[in-house]
Amino acid sequence: MADTKIPPAAPVGKREPSEPASRRRTRGRSRATAGSARMAALLVSPTLLVLTIVVLYPTLMALNESLYGTKGLDPETGFISATEPFVGLRNYADIFGEAGERFWNAFWNTTFFTVVTVALETLIGVAMALIMHKAFRGRGLVRAGILIPWAVPTAISGLLWRWIFNSDGIANALIGHQVLWTTEGFHAKVAVIVAEVWKTAPFIGLLVLAGLQVIPKEVYEAARIDGASPARQFWHITLPLVKPALLVAMLFRCMDALRMFDLPYILIGAQKHSVETLSMLAQNEASNVRFGPASAYSVLLFLYVFLVALAFVRLLGADLTGDVGAGGRKRKGSRIPALRRRTEVTT
Amino acid sequence: MKTTTTRAFPCVGLLTVGALLLTACGSSDGGGSGQAAGAGTFEGRGPITFVAGKDTTGAIQPMLDRWNKLHPKEKVTFIQLPTDADAQRQQMIQNAETKSDAYTVLSLDVVWTSEFAAHQWIDRLPEQRFPLDKMLKPVVETARYRDGLYAVPASSDGGMLYYRTDLLKKAGITKPPTTWAELKADCAKVKKLPEAQGMSCYAGQFQKYEGLTVNFAEAVNSAGGVITDANGKPDVDTAQAREGLDFLVDSVKDGTIPKEGITYLEEDGRQAFQSGKLVFHRNWPYVYSLAGKSDIKGKYSVAPLPGLNGPGSSSLGGHNLALSSFAKNKATALDFMKFFSSEENTATFLKEASLAPPYASLYDDKALVEQYPYLPVLKESILRAVPRPRVVQYGDVTSAVQREAYAALTGSKSIAQALKDLQEALQKSTGQ
Repeated sequence: MADTKIPPAAPVGKREPSEPASRRRTRGRSRATAGSARMAALLVSPTLLVLTIVVLYPTLMALNESLYGTKGLDPETGFISATEPFVGLRNYADIFGEAGERFWNAFWNTTFFTVVTVALETLIGVAMALIMHKAFRGRGLVRAGILIPWAVPTAISGLLWRWIFNSDGIANALIGHQVLWTTEGFHAKVAVIVAEVWKTAPFIGLLVLAGLQVIPKEVYEAARIDGASPARQFWHITLPLVKPALLVAMLFRCMDALRMFDLPYILIGAQKHSVETLSMLAQNEASNVRFGPASAYSVLLFLYVFLVALAFVRLLGADLTGDVGAGGRKRKGSRIPALRRRTEVTT
Repeated sequence: MKTTTTRAFPCVGLLTVGALLLTACGSSDGGGSGQAAGAGTFEGRGPITFVAGKDTTGAIQPMLDRWNKLHPKEKVTFIQLPTDADAQRQQMIQNAETKSDAYTVLSLDVVWTSEFAAHQWIDRLPEQRFPLDKMLKPVVETARYRDGLYAVPASSDGGMLYYRTDLLKKAGITKPPTTWAELKADCAKVKKLPEAQGMSCYAGQFQKYEGLTVNFAEAVNSAGGVITDANGKPDVDTAQAREGLDFLVDSVKDGTIPKEGITYLEEDGRQAFQSGKLVFHRNWPYVYSLAGKSDIKGKYSVAPLPGLNGPGSSSLGGHNLALSSFAKNKATALDFMKFFSSEENTATFLKEASLAPPYASLYDDKALVEQYPYLPVLKESILRAVPRPRVVQYGDVTSAVQREAYAALTGSKSIAQALKDLQEALQKSTGQ
């Protein structure tokens, strides 16, 4: 690694001559120079290039692909034509037509799963965090126990839960009544939600725990002296102070849940109407060699995720300004620039 | 840091250029490649690859080693794909879409032949090079697309009716049932026995997946109906098909098929049969040896599938060998396909991996029948078998079949409505 350090050192030396020029543009606080700015750009450029290739290029390709239709079969020769016809926006328009029924079903399934699982995970996750935060004997064991589901790969947990929800499985033995969980119907949705919440509530628990740990003890002491009940302490101290961390955790969970694929696919099965999500629909179209519609569905899912993330940052983020405390600043700051700026203003 | 990035730059650049070139090729040479498939010039000798799903039996590599010893200049490399059939298909399609020559000989599931042939991902093969007349006719049919031979059968598979010999004997039944009515009557007799308390009558594979397509097709074919006719035209909204689906739906309703039967995959059904919960069970030959190691050892046997008015028709499983259109060294590839699918080698596969061979004579081989007592029944099953719909858009056809058959089984649609909707969906996806 010795020689690798030499190149960055060389441009640093060139910084001095250009210093006065840049000083005019800086706000005084920073000692950045045009040279180091150029240096920074140079250092960031490999990352940007990689991002362009692995993120931007495929996204643009998908956008382009979504404008093409399915290859047709020539009834004379029995061969599929070699080129895809250009259909413009028809793949998008189709979701409002007859073929859109499957899309909207997947869309509502995705939304339903996201809303229900994130709501349940938030409740359970916060409860888990409160338990993990309490100082008591065997705390380490409880923390490890709570985190195990999060460490299990989703595909494996899908298989585990398929055993549990088997017709002769533990789930049926416990409720003492045979429910065929993996068949079509609302119970299939319930099975997915249970497995998903089991798996990802610890994630929210973990992030909220990080938020709890930076709340200063003095605040609680002061509250106790003022005679505030534990419930009041929770509502007026814990919750507001942990809110930034909690919101970020919920945002991540929402984005994850909107992309849900492997759990319903493995637990319930492919092409099950009652649990088909947008990702599953896009994958199914692609596997049937219909890359145009598959890309269109993926683009729509991308926009949906993007809008939800934007709504989180804009609507809930705006709410944050008054209450931002120390809790969760570290995480939030590194992930969402908009929130970070606000924290800086208030602190 | 620098050294790695500078090295990465050209690589990344190459990748982009490569990707752009690929897309450029994809759009520009459109109609040109159309003629290549039919021409049938198989030239070039040298190393090739054999692409198949993960070999869980361990029988394939020794076979390739033998070929490699005989042909040191035309070595075959084994490329193992995942065990999951969908994943195999996807990787093969990816290879074809990028027109890569990485894959030479492909081991295709029997239902993929039409799709791969229509997309011209595989070459049409010269029929006279392979001993097709020695093979079972329905098996060879799975390798054809529109009169052309696009693959060579390497292995086959057919459904059989597993039944409990001990219980049937006790109930005074001497022969396994050949019709559905007999099956139900036999079952009623068996269930009166004290040993049969709590047992269910029959199960196949009725979860909503490929197995349901197989079982639905068998029911329809066994009642004299078809899903698609000889020309690939959907014709499922018929009285015969209705009787086939009637059998399945009624059996679920009257408890002949247990309630949890609609969640069964192959393995669930096997477990249920082995643990003594089923009198009759439809499954593949692989169950035979596994059941021999379970509680019902020596208490079961196999028979051809029953039908409406006599023995029914099985669907077909198995794999065919096909030649990728974009491969090199096609002369070697043809020789290798002939070697791999030869009577001698398929006999070895039967002995070592219990894969059903495509050759008729092997099913009557005394030594083999001793090892696998089910062979004569399997031969009968395959001879009467009807391949699943041979259509280009098989993925759409099978998902339509699963959707409608499942709706009828669970009672969310009437049988008539399900078949009507299925016919419509099939017409749409086959474009006829």
